[in-house]
Amino acid sequence: MRLYRAHVLVCAGAGCISSGCQAVKNALLENIERLGLQQEVKVVETGCMGPCDLGPVIVVYPEGVFYRQLKPSDAVEIAEEHLLKGRVVRHLLYQPAESATPATTFEQIDFFKKQTRIALRNTGIINPESVEEYIARDGYRALGKALSEMTPAQVLECIKRSGLRGRGGAGFPTGLKWEFTARAPGDTKYVVCNADEGDPGAFMDRSIIEGDPHTVLEGMAICGYAIGARQGYVYVRAEYPLAVERLELAIARARRYGLLGDNIFGTDFSFDVEIRVGAGAFVCGEETALLASIEGRRGEPRPRPPFPAVQGLWGKPTVINNVETWANVPPIILNGADWFASIGTEKSKGTKVFALAGKVNNTGLVEVPMGTTLREIIYEIGGGIPGGKQFKAVQTGGPSGGCIPASHLDVPVDYESLTGLGAIMGSGGMIVLDETTCMVDLARFFLEFVQDESCGKCSPCRIGTRRMLEILERIIKGQGRDGDIELLEELGRNIKSSALCGLGQTAPNPVLSTIRHFRAEYAAHIYDKKCPAGVCKDLIVYTISEEKCNGCGRCALVCPARAIVGEKKKAHRIDVEKCIRCGTCMEKCKFMAIYTM
Amino acid sequence: MKSLAELDKLREEIQREMALREKKEGIKVVVSMGTCGIAAGARDVIAVLLEEISRRNLQDVVLTQTGCAGLCHCEPLVQVEGPGGEKVTYGHVDEQKAREIVAAHLVNGQVIKEWTVKEEGERV
Ligand SMILES: Cc1cc2nc3c(=O)[nH]c(=O)nc-3n(C[C@H](O)[C@H](O)[C@H](O)COP(=O)(O)O)c2cc1C
Ligand code: SF4
Ligand code: SF4
Ligand code: SF4
Ligand code: FES
Ligand code: FES
Repeated sequence: MRLYRAHVLVCAGAGCISSGCQAVKNALLENIERLGLQQEVKVVETGCMGPCDLGPVIVVYPEGVFYRQLKPSDAVEIAEEHLLKGRVVRHLLYQPAESATPATTFEQIDFFKKQTRIALRNTGIINPESVEEYIARDGYRALGKALSEMTPAQVLECIKRSGLRGRGGAGFPTGLKWEFTARAPGDTKYVVCNADEGDPGAFMDRSIIEGDPHTVLEGMAICGYAIGARQGYVYVRAEYPLAVERLELAIARARRYGLLGDNIFGTDFSFDVEIRVGAGAFVCGEETALLASIEGRRGEPRPRPPFPAVQGLWGKPTVINNVETWANVPPIILNGADWFASIGTEKSKGTKVFALAGKVNNTGLVEVPMGTTLREIIYEIGGGIPGGKQFKAVQTGGPSGGCIPASHLDVPVDYESLTGLGAIMGSGGMIVLDETTCMVDLARFFLEFVQDESCGKCSPCRIGTRRMLEILERIIKGQGRDGDIELLEELGRNIKSSALCGLGQTAPNPVLSTIRHFRAEYAAHIYDKKCPAGVCKDLIVYTISEEKCNGCGRCALVCPARAIVGEKKKAHRIDVEKCIRCGTCMEKCKFMAIYTM
Repeated sequence: MKSLAELDKLREEIQREMALREKKEGIKVVVSMGTCGIAAGARDVIAVLLEEISRRNLQDVVLTQTGCAGLCHCEPLVQVEGPGGEKVTYGHVDEQKAREIVAAHLVNGQVIKEWTVKEEGERV
């Protein structure tokens, strides 16, 4: 075992890969070698560290110095100045918006300070390809503890008492689910990890698998022990090749140490895990569809009950949990149910990982205790809204979720309060919207998504969402009619109550929640033929201000529709009938005389 | 892996290697690596320190470096910072002295007084 005096952690999560971390890493390695530091400085690739929009990011230990937005040339400077001479390269540090001094270590950055990391405890800190580094961070100790010191019943009891609830959407109590399967008759049982992650914008499950694959395996093995299963499956979508690769490697290394396979820790418990790569349709994330897909059938949902807990894979009792749920299991066993239950709110225990995106300064992965308010997440961790714009709403829960307006920014985030506002926790997508977002258009976006993804098996979902989409498209085109809002509401209610699976049952949510909180915006589209946010192209009217226009004629020259008329040196005018709303004139006018309404 | 004890043994071994990523209370050894420090041989000193610390399997010792300490005439400089924040600065450290500092100070907690220098003012 070699000791190094510095570890350089290079984020190799999806965000940093796309912003070019590999070139930075190579430049670092080359220069470390050139300076003869390879015996003293170790470079480690990690999973996503969280602040993805600052990528490529690296952290230099032991000081914990955080560098962001690096180019390969910056890596040369870091090697020469910091790694060789011990001088922090100040201009590559993170500069918080409101402070004059840059933050040196990542602990000084609000983005990290306000977080509590349980599911992400290792992500961005260890090398995901090294089982040893996972072990150094107490990895597989929970499994060892469960096998050597606890009975299966005690493990079940611990998970139940911790209050852990499923992080994949519905928030069902995890311990209870395990207990159903443990009690179900039959000797063959299965454990399944749902890593389908179909929500547009969500990437926490991917980040956990890419950054800390062993935690998922360990969680599954603990469950296998608790319920009496000896085989597990991880269902990953094909769009996540790196996750598949890291998981394969993790399984192989765990087997080599005897942490998976036969007679784990010298006991008579045996457990192994296989990977199944999914086609990546949204509905395949629904548990019954996912199980069908693992069995090699079409990924179509079936009615429940019977629930998978009783009749799952090949008709056998099966526990299916989400990636983030699995990542919470080892720390609960290790630190105890009371520790976990002391974090969070009355009914929602522990933490939740969110993929913060949209109109917010710091986007990326954040993990906060349940009960943290939306305001804290968006303003203190997310750093607020960019460009001096007004916050309008936050969309949570993806296509099954809804919007929460500014008036509820102080709501503590937990399963019940979000549901109460017509949104849901979902898998943790959190999209921040500012005044330039049109809520009708947003509802259309999600509805279009689920309409495309509907498997078509049942008519409320297949036909109902189609009808809703048509109405929204009409409204957006300026052909909304009196009664449309009420019709959308009625259709939405009917689909929710009659669709076969969760996809259809939640598909109307984005529409219903935007109507609930932004009804006036729908009304403006329908009755005034106006889009208050200025997004819906057909409802924008370009107008020339008589006072500001000096009649230079530039706009008329560029108008492709010849819609602008006027005499030289006199105010011009736009013929609304002819105008095709291309916006070219507005760009060209040097006097800001053209505006939209 | 046949037992929890076996896992714990492996864990402790690897933890040493990763210790510098944890903010643990321990001894911090800081070598000044300004231009004059490097010229005076600080690179050899840091290499020897690293070797000695690994060889002796010292727990909770973090070795790191800093820039010019403003004491150019005493380079190479090695500062040992205890868990309580107390600092001792050694001057004119060479490879031999570095080995002895590890043995005397880090292992046995004995400051080698005759090699220490007084710090004038704050470090830069
Ligand atoms: C249409 C649809 C898509 C879903 N997609 C996912 C998904 O991508 N990942 C996931 O973990 N759960 C997804 N779920 C929820 C799963 O059906 C299931 O409830 C969950 O995996 C259970 O794990 P948990 O209790 O740990 O949350 C989806 C549900 C529906 C109805
Ligand atoms: S609700 Fe939609 S996705 Fe679900 S079974 Fe029916 S048609 Fe398929
Ligand atoms: S370009 Fe602007 S100022 Fe010139 S005629 Fe058009 S609107 Fe008026
Ligand atoms: S928006 Fe386009 S079509 Fe309409 S007036 Fe301006 S340039 Fe002409
Ligand atoms: S991918 Fe690097 S911080 Fe998220
Ligand atoms: S450069 Fe070493 S003390 Fe100044």
